[in-house]
Amino acid sequence: MPIIPLNEAVRELVRDGDVVALEGFTHLIPHAAGHELIRQGRRDLTLVRMTPDVVYDQLIGMGCARKLVFSWGGNPGVGSLHRLRDAVEHGWPEPLDLEEHSHAGMAAAYAAGAAHLPFAVLRGYQGGDLPARTRVETITCPFTGEELAAVPAHRPDVGIVHAQQADRQGNVQLWGISGVQKETVLASARSIVTVEEVVGELELRPGGIVLPAWVVDAVCLAPGGAHPSYAHGYYERDNAFYVAWDAISRDRDCFRAWMQGHVLDTADLSEYQASLAAVSV
Amino acid sequence: MTSAYTADEMMAVEAARRIPDGAVCFVGIGLPSLAANLARRTSAPNCVLVYESGTIGAKPEELPLSIGDGELAETADAVVSVPEMFAYWLQGGRIDLGFLGAAQIDRHGNLNSTVIGPYDSPTVRLPGGGGAPEIALGVRDVFVMLRHSRRAFVTALDFTTSLGDRVRVVVTDLGILEPVDGELTLVAVHPGTRADTAREATGWELRVAPDLHETKPPTTDELAALRGLRTKGAS
Repeated sequence: MPIIPLNEAVRELVRDGDVVALEGFTHLIPHAAGHELIRQGRRDLTLVRMTPDVVYDQLIGMGCARKLVFSWGGNPGVGSLHRLRDAVEHGWPEPLDLEEHSHAGMAAAYAAGAAHLPFAVLRGYQGGDLPARTRVETITCPFTGEELAAVPAHRPDVGIVHAQQADRQGNVQLWGISGVQKETVLASARSIVTVEEVVGELELRPGGIVLPAWVVDAVCLAPGGAHPSYAHGYYERDNAFYVAWDAISRDRDCFRAWMQGHVLDTADLSEYQASLAAVSV
Repeated sequence: MTSAYTADEMMAVEAARRIPDGAVCFVGIGLPSLAANLARRTSAPNCVLVYESGTIGAKPEELPLSIGDGELAETADAVVSVPEMFAYWLQGGRIDLGFLGAAQIDRHGNLNSTVIGPYDSPTVRLPGGGGAPEIALGVRDVFVMLRHSRRAFVTALDFTTSLGDRVRVVVTDLGILEPVDGELTLVAVHPGTRADTAREATGWELRVAPDLHETKPPTTDELAALRGLRTKGAS
């Protein structure tokens, strides 16, 4: 599978109305791919993510999504996602349906999806008000009689993750905090992996996750494409950006101006990076 | 006269003192992370810090801003995937102690971190439960850290995100609450705080233990250790 440009991968693999999971648990968040979805004006997406943060705030604020399936939506260590809140509280720019789970339920649903099972089983969702508001059922263990929670598997149309490396054949390796990225790729009908670097040969890392080329539909070179999150071994988390996002995203006009200047008016990742560098001096 | 320490420092110190040495702790960001890292440097050097991002036995030099900071992975004994973290480690019953925060708490220790107002048309959409529903029932002991106010300590939650069955202590900026006969009861106040202040900051009729005591102010060593924990990326 060849390495192709990110804009081409998004054009070919992501359609309006798709269920799309851009995953990353604070590490390796596929920001560059999210920006490309925004540039190409994708609409009516059902966005799936355990921890929707800044890039989902951007997608929602730009009107790309009609539904969010999630378990924790905030700006980690900072506070609220103002665009997510505005969509839920005021329907701006469009109303957003929520399907809300717990982390345990989301993680299990991805694992079930990767296994091509119809649902996940776990000891969870007990009591409280969440079960009445989400897709969860109680099932009885046929062996012990224990009552357990059943959550429908995640089977996204497209799974998008960021990794450190691919080789020229498109085999991918990521390491460090690996989140649910492997499950996301294996659970999805189509998948895109953006990478920091293309190397001649993958050097296996301790704890590294390898995705063979034949389970990935597109590999795209996107160095720095996880910013403002981080890529272990490449660059650190830009904590200042997460703090700055709070002010940028609080106001609708300020948010739109920022997205226009840094995402819509830039052609690709390198122009986005140049536009950020120009304002930070 | 200004106090020699802040309310947050008092909360972190009092929570840290309650972490048994060797306890395996599921830690979130903010005050819980501060408390657990302080305990590891003072009274509980062998406590094991587990962050839900998949890092087990993390030993950060600086406090992380997010639960998935790189330093957590670099210093961990093991890094596992998120499905493994929740299935094998939390559901597997391998975590002793879990910290939870919330926007609202009721007298039974049930917590709301989902919405203020009705679920379908909330006044404030909060981040959501995250790991809380399963942490609340999957660990042996739950510690809650929450600033005391009538807005937070309410008679009826707007939404029950997690259950209070295993809440053993609530550390606030005014004092300590523990369940007594199924209801959170004020058992201690911080130095210089009156029980009435805690009562006034509680939305329900707060019970006060007959043997109400005062917590000890942070020691010089505790404060030094606490202030040595710089948050990564903070100026």
